[in-house]
Amino acid sequence: MTPVTTAAPRAATKAPARRVYAASVLLLSVWVLGPIYLLFVNTLSSPEAVNSFPKSFIPQFDLGSLAFFAKFDGMLAALGNSVIVAAMTMVMSIAIGAPAGYALSRFEFRGKELFRLLILLTRAFPLPLLALPLAVLFIRTGLDDTTFGLALVHTTLAIPFAVLITFSLFSGIPIELEEAAWTLGCTRLTAFTKVVLPLILPGITASAIFAFVISWNEVFAAAVLTIENRTLTAFLLQKLGDAPIHLKFAGGFILVTPALIFIFAVRKYLFAMWGIANR
Amino acid sequence: MSPRYLPYILILPVTLFLCAFFLYPFLLVARQAFLSDGGYSLQNFRETMGYWKFSISLQNTMLLALAVVPVQVSLALLMATMVSRMKKGRDLVLYIWTIPLGISDLAAGIIWFAIFEQSGFLNSMLTGLGVIDKPAVLLGYQNPLLVFIAIALAEIWRATAIMLVILVAGIGLIPKEYYEAAEVFGASPWQRFLRITLPLLRPSLQTALILRVVLAFEVFAVVVALGGTLFPVMMGQIYSYQFDLQNAGGAAALALVVLAISIAFTLVILRALRVPKGATI
Amino acid sequence: MAEIQIKNVAKAFGSYTALHDINLTIADQEFMVLLGASGCGKTTLLRIVAGLETATTGEVWIGGRRVDHLPPKDRGIAMVFQNYAVFPHLTVFENIGFGLRMKKLPEAEVKRRVERTATLMHIEQLLGRYSGELSGGQRQRVAVARALAMEPDVILMDEPLSNLDALLRLEMRAELKGVLAESKTTAIYVTHDQVEAMSLADRISVMHQGRIVQADKPVAIYRNPAAEFVAGFIGNPPMNFLPADPRGDGKWMVAGQVIDGPTHSGALKFAIRPEDVKLGDHGLPATVRLVEPLGAHLLVTCDVGGTLFRAVLDSDLSLKLGDTLTLTPQGDRQRWFDPATTLAVA
Repeated sequence: MTPVTTAAPRAATKAPARRVYAASVLLLSVWVLGPIYLLFVNTLSSPEAVNSFPKSFIPQFDLGSLAFFAKFDGMLAALGNSVIVAAMTMVMSIAIGAPAGYALSRFEFRGKELFRLLILLTRAFPLPLLALPLAVLFIRTGLDDTTFGLALVHTTLAIPFAVLITFSLFSGIPIELEEAAWTLGCTRLTAFTKVVLPLILPGITASAIFAFVISWNEVFAAAVLTIENRTLTAFLLQKLGDAPIHLKFAGGFILVTPALIFIFAVRKYLFAMWGIANR
Repeated sequence: MSPRYLPYILILPVTLFLCAFFLYPFLLVARQAFLSDGGYSLQNFRETMGYWKFSISLQNTMLLALAVVPVQVSLALLMATMVSRMKKGRDLVLYIWTIPLGISDLAAGIIWFAIFEQSGFLNSMLTGLGVIDKPAVLLGYQNPLLVFIAIALAEIWRATAIMLVILVAGIGLIPKEYYEAAEVFGASPWQRFLRITLPLLRPSLQTALILRVVLAFEVFAVVVALGGTLFPVMMGQIYSYQFDLQNAGGAAALALVVLAISIAFTLVILRALRVPKGATI
Repeated sequence: MAEIQIKNVAKAFGSYTALHDINLTIADQEFMVLLGASGCGKTTLLRIVAGLETATTGEVWIGGRRVDHLPPKDRGIAMVFQNYAVFPHLTVFENIGFGLRMKKLPEAEVKRRVERTATLMHIEQLLGRYSGELSGGQRQRVAVARALAMEPDVILMDEPLSNLDALLRLEMRAELKGVLAESKTTAIYVTHDQVEAMSLADRISVMHQGRIVQADKPVAIYRNPAAEFVAGFIGNPPMNFLPADPRGDGKWMVAGQVIDGPTHSGALKFAIRPEDVKLGDHGLPATVRLVEPLGAHLLVTCDVGGTLFRAVLDSDLSLKLGDTLTLTPQGDRQRWFDPATTLAVA
């Protein structure tokens, strides 16, 4: 009955299993990181090296490709457009989505289920397709080929996530905290700003970043809706056919790097956000 | 302000926004799809679906989804269960495994292009190992299978992360006591996975599958980056109807076809993985 | 002066009626306990007084002012929540001073009041801490201090002790009673724990299925339950009930014995508390079914005329299963209930 004698053989039989387990974790990590590493190798090599054969698996740390990217006509403007569209999407989707998330988490009201259905429906819908009629509509309203017009479409993409994520964040704040604030002299609004907002701010930031990434990465609508004011994704897509390959890789690198940082910034919230959003 | 109206005021912005930029454009697409030469007809559908590329691109899109989604589900399930048993380094591993979540399909296409292009890393490695003596054209019309594999790999690489996140969150909701109870009753780790994790994970699996399947029909930029015109898919067809052919009616008709397929699959998944009322955690 | 008047308050959630026509007046500085099982409507009633819930019909008056259309902040109340609701992003000092700062009191006054109430609740050492660094008992103290610092006319408490462990609950109960008596505020206190209710209350309102069944002083509720529900709910173990058949002229047949009772037409129920019977020569014949030693007493479950009957007896007795006893009810402690109305008969 002593735990020592029973534990010892058990650990012995488990050792190989544990090694297989560790190896699989490592293998899967390499599977994820390897391709990104290779992109970095290409980006940090001179254009000549990128176009030569065979390839070295170690980067030269030459900034030639990135310099070429920066000088390429229209590329920096496209990068700027991407940032502007993503920032607008971030602000709009939170400003519009968060109140609805709050309503879903705090109130029982007639039509709540219908509203949730509308939100879920948008999530299960090939949204970029909506860019097609909007292209016509935007020409009529003067929004065509503007960053704001594209940000509107990207906000439509990001809003279901913003609503569901803020819904789950607000649900994590006990309503009693708000009620306590009401009994201590707060109105609904001051209770929100003094109690709920400080508690929820990190989570809101995370979901704002998530909205940013959605817009940053979107290709189809961006390609449909912008012609002169292309975003980075739309610009790269257009140039895929004829651009030199070192330009593609440098562009890919610029696309990937912010994503790495963003995912790192929101990593804590990623799972909490999806936990309730599933229900 | 009366609390009775407050929730409606709070959901008003989203509702208006979605009406303007989701429902209204959707109605416009639908209208345009049936509108040709000033009258309503199925002309656009006949035309686009009769075009020789339609059946190929539909077939390609389906095949790709069929190849990619099951692999992603199994891989995500494997990763999620591995992570759930991890104590040390869980955060780091999760971060690494979720990195592709932030990577666009275009970037993923470019990344895998770096591997598969003619002077790319795969050829470099194969010649280095002496398997071949000069770089082969991997992504060419000579190798349709290889193009397909490259696209599928890029999709699996990129989009497994979203499933992983949903499943890890779902597993986190399953109380540990169920596993302890099952262990006390003598269930092996495999049985615990089969009898407890999988059934209780159904809502999360549902969400993950719907999201993935719908996105799989939207596959576009990866294909453009890796296959160009060698591997036509539905979204690419829509794009070229809109721009190359300047045929908005045709694009709208194809968009409706994609939408119909998405909805059909969503309903199938909802039905197949439905959770009986009261059997939730 | 802060008398609370609840006039004809009713509350419906959809088709479910949580409160039926409640009328209750709580005197200035009175400590009123709302007692009942979960789902009886006691918390709903408290929340209606607080303004966290809106009554479907009826009025709430505090200190001669009608408040049922006012938001919580304008009612002159403070509240202590079951889960304490101590703000996690603020220190203990900021928590206690939260309401005072909302009132825009001068900072010196805020400091004075926070320190005074913190000392009163023995948490003056913790003022710089955050809620995550406090134990459950300490959080409870912060929650009470935060309410007291407001110097409210009325303090409302929703099961404030139910999340504490048994020993701490006993300690906090005594402390709460002292602090609240000193503060001279009117208090409404919701609990499902009858011992807590007995020990704290000036008056208890026993609630059942959305109605106040009896509102009276604790001893009166215990001694003179107005209804069968109160008799069965208050007291541990609860009161015993035996069917009684009329023999005319105030005589009643209970378990084969004739007992003096009220004059009443139709059958009644005879009721007596387990601690109000003694072993004697004449009385109710009982067969022992179960003996539970409780230290100070023996709790003996018997069969009296086919009905289960509990008696609290001296712990020196040695009883075996199947023993027959004669239990003598103490005359002045007998109660009678009409089974038709479930109300007490004098």
